[in-house]
Amino acid sequence: MKKRILPLILLVTSLISSCGSGGGGEEKKTDTGTEIKSELPSSIQEGKGVGGITDVELSDEPDAAMVAEGQAIYDMKCASCHKLTDQRVVGPGFQGVTNRRKPEWIMNMITNTDVMLDKDPEAQKLLEECLTRMPNQNVKEKDARDILEFLRRNDLDKTGEKDGAI
Amino acid sequence: MRTRKVNMIISLVTIMGGMALVVACGQRNATTVIEGDAAEQVYIAPGEYDEFYAFLSGGFSGQITVYGLPSGRLLREVPVFSQYPENGYGYSEESKPMFNTSYGFVPWDDSHHIELSQQNGEFDGRWLFVNGNNTPRIARVDLSTFETVEILEIPDVAGLHCAPFITENSEYLVSGTRFSIPIPQKDVPIDTYKENFKGLINYVSLDQDHGTMELAFQIEMPGFNYDLARNGKAVSHGWSFLTTYNSEQAHSLLEVNASQKDKDLMAIINWKKAEEYVAAGKFTERPTSYYHNLMDESTGIAHSQEMKMTRILKPEDCPEMVYFIPVPKSPHGCDVDPSGEYIVGNGKLSADMSVYSFSKIMKAIEEKNFDGEIEGIPVINYDAGLHGILQKPGLGPLHTEFDEGGNAYTTFFISSEVVKWNVDNLEILDREATFYSPGHLVIPGGETRKPEGKYLVAMNKITKDRYLPTGPELAHSAQLFDISGDKMKLLLDFPTKGEPHYAQAIRADKVKPNSKKFYNIEENAHPYATLGESKTKVVREGDEVHVYMTAMRSHLAPDNIEGFKVGDKVFFHVTNLEQDWDVPHGFAIQGATNAELLVMPGQTKTLLWEPKKVGVYAFYCTDFCSALHQEMSGYARVSAKGADVPLKWGLNETLRENQEQAEKFYEQLENKSK
Ligand SMILES: [Cu+2]
Repeated sequence: MKKRILPLILLVTSLISSCGSGGGGEEKKTDTGTEIKSELPSSIQEGKGVGGITDVELSDEPDAAMVAEGQAIYDMKCASCHKLTDQRVVGPGFQGVTNRRKPEWIMNMITNTDVMLDKDPEAQKLLEECLTRMPNQNVKEKDARDILEFLRRNDLDKTGEKDGAI
Repeated sequence: MRTRKVNMIISLVTIMGGMALVVACGQRNATTVIEGDAAEQVYIAPGEYDEFYAFLSGGFSGQITVYGLPSGRLLREVPVFSQYPENGYGYSEESKPMFNTSYGFVPWDDSHHIELSQQNGEFDGRWLFVNGNNTPRIARVDLSTFETVEILEIPDVAGLHCAPFITENSEYLVSGTRFSIPIPQKDVPIDTYKENFKGLINYVSLDQDHGTMELAFQIEMPGFNYDLARNGKAVSHGWSFLTTYNSEQAHSLLEVNASQKDKDLMAIINWKKAEEYVAAGKFTERPTSYYHNLMDESTGIAHSQEMKMTRILKPEDCPEMVYFIPVPKSPHGCDVDPSGEYIVGNGKLSADMSVYSFSKIMKAIEEKNFDGEIEGIPVINYDAGLHGILQKPGLGPLHTEFDEGGNAYTTFFISSEVVKWNVDNLEILDREATFYSPGHLVIPGGETRKPEGKYLVAMNKITKDRYLPTGPELAHSAQLFDISGDKMKLLLDFPTKGEPHYAQAIRADKVKPNSKKFYNIEENAHPYATLGESKTKVVREGDEVHVYMTAMRSHLAPDNIEGFKVGDKVFFHVTNLEQDWDVPHGFAIQGATNAELLVMPGQTKTLLWEPKKVGVYAFYCTDFCSALHQEMSGYARVSAKGADVPLKWGLNETLRENQEQAEKFYEQLENKSK
């Protein structure tokens, strides 16, 4: 039941949010005044989300020092809502996240949360599911990169696979 | 309070005799004609900002309120001298020490005069200072957080009314006693006033980087009442001017006995000279007791320190440091114009106002043009220091501020009006009625070297028929005038909280860019901070139980706790893990006899709960933080004293018993999912 309704809600909300966001210039008005969504920014189309992170370079093996840094930040700022398993609490569980999302998307979601929630259809879909707006946790780009490394390690440990979305 | 007010009016009017009739009236009419575009001038469209912040003291509320100008919208109330259950100020363990004094824990005061910090005679937007009258204290509010971060008690004074007036580079806050008292305090008959009572003028120095206050020295003055002060600026920098009343040294029925003489005195202090005397060791040290309460920035915890010594300078030992000059009857404000050259003495029982010239005062001092001395303090010849007299401007002048065009604006308490006059030629330019009986007024920057004469706010003592009646007590009212043209124009009435005595207003862009949005959790050094949900725990130490709790939209962790016992002292240390603007979480628990907590993002705050009855008690977040705010709650189980219910806690899991077990629990959880 819920799943069937979702796409409809999504369509409506994405139209609403595209009016309010005021940025981008990717919306057009037709003669009749109805707004249509034309092209999304290419980064969103590529699944990288929107924000300051356009390209992330990854080493094959997760960097242990970065993983440790990332875990410390995760413990302080993220763990209340995101578990390391696939269990959803407030937000989705982190298990397998690097297999579902590109590294750029993950880091943009962490560092550019409000804009992502306004513009990125995948982020909006998660908001519909979780019903709690992900807060901006004031994570710097470097810290977000460490968190990404920690998530790669977690995925490797738990699923035997990482970076599956690239 | 009200009776006193009415008495005062009656007696003042009686004293003024026929004069009251002479002064133009027709001002008692409550309806005023507002010109067509007044509404437009004060209308701030939704989403737009006001041009100025105005900080109003709360008088008997003990607090400060922040308004936007020109809209008159209340933006915030900052608790200072009174406990504030709304956010837990004065109830939380972190903030309780703020109220420590040599008299013990004093959770109320009477806040009067706002002073913003200055550099080069201009507001710099860093700190705000305000005095507490009844238990003599000065508080500092940090304008990046709008929180009270320091309170310094002033020893051996009574009614710290004449405070905390700032110098033009924030070197000192000049703070004089309102009432003279025996110093040190002792058991003497009140009618030995003249021999035993003294008044201290206090100089509180400020640390230039952190704003921290320190009582630098106290000047022991004759036993008069010291009322208001201003410091010199530009040409007169380095000097302070303080009005006194009760130079009669009366100690009973002051409303008659302290207004016998035709003139009282203005004290003129060369504080640079005083500094030299302090450096040269010309002070005497006197044992005393006063408290200094300071908030530690990294922990958010206030600490109190008792200070036990003070440095006294005596005018008779320190020549050329203090002078007097006569000023018309019972002066209130004593205000220095932006150039620093003119000093306005507002004799509230005089028909005329005296305006002094700083250069003439200096010349009189140089030429020793004195009319005798009082307790070793030379009294400068009145005419020698006078710039001129503003004749019959109105009744009951209280306080004057200035614009950038050489004009002064004075409130008249008895004739209920604001009068605009030219400082140089002493010509009256305009008068506007206020409703009713204004005390102080404020112009943005109106006491600095750089006034912005766009608006003026008069703070009225009596509201009567201005608003819908609310029983015997009405909110005091403020009135906003446009003073940008030749004539003042009434724009707006707005109700205020408590009794604002004075206010200062500052251009918004001097404060707004520095306004903190949240506390960096990385910098949280609170000893009971819980920096991450996996670190939550409950620790028993005898009868004391410490709950290390976190808050995040939309749950508290842990949210189920068992093993509390009747008679325990439970400390809930709540850390808000959010790092987003304007997302405080609250914490309240049934049976608490103090207040709630409001915890700002990144902060840790502590509430003491002493369960008295067996049962299971709910706790919850009080600040609607998300769509699932109603779910943000939990239970605390309280067992009988001596029961063997173990301490257990958890969140969405089997309750665990201790932290080692908790760590094991998390490890297992991780391993299971591997
Ligand atoms: Cu909450």
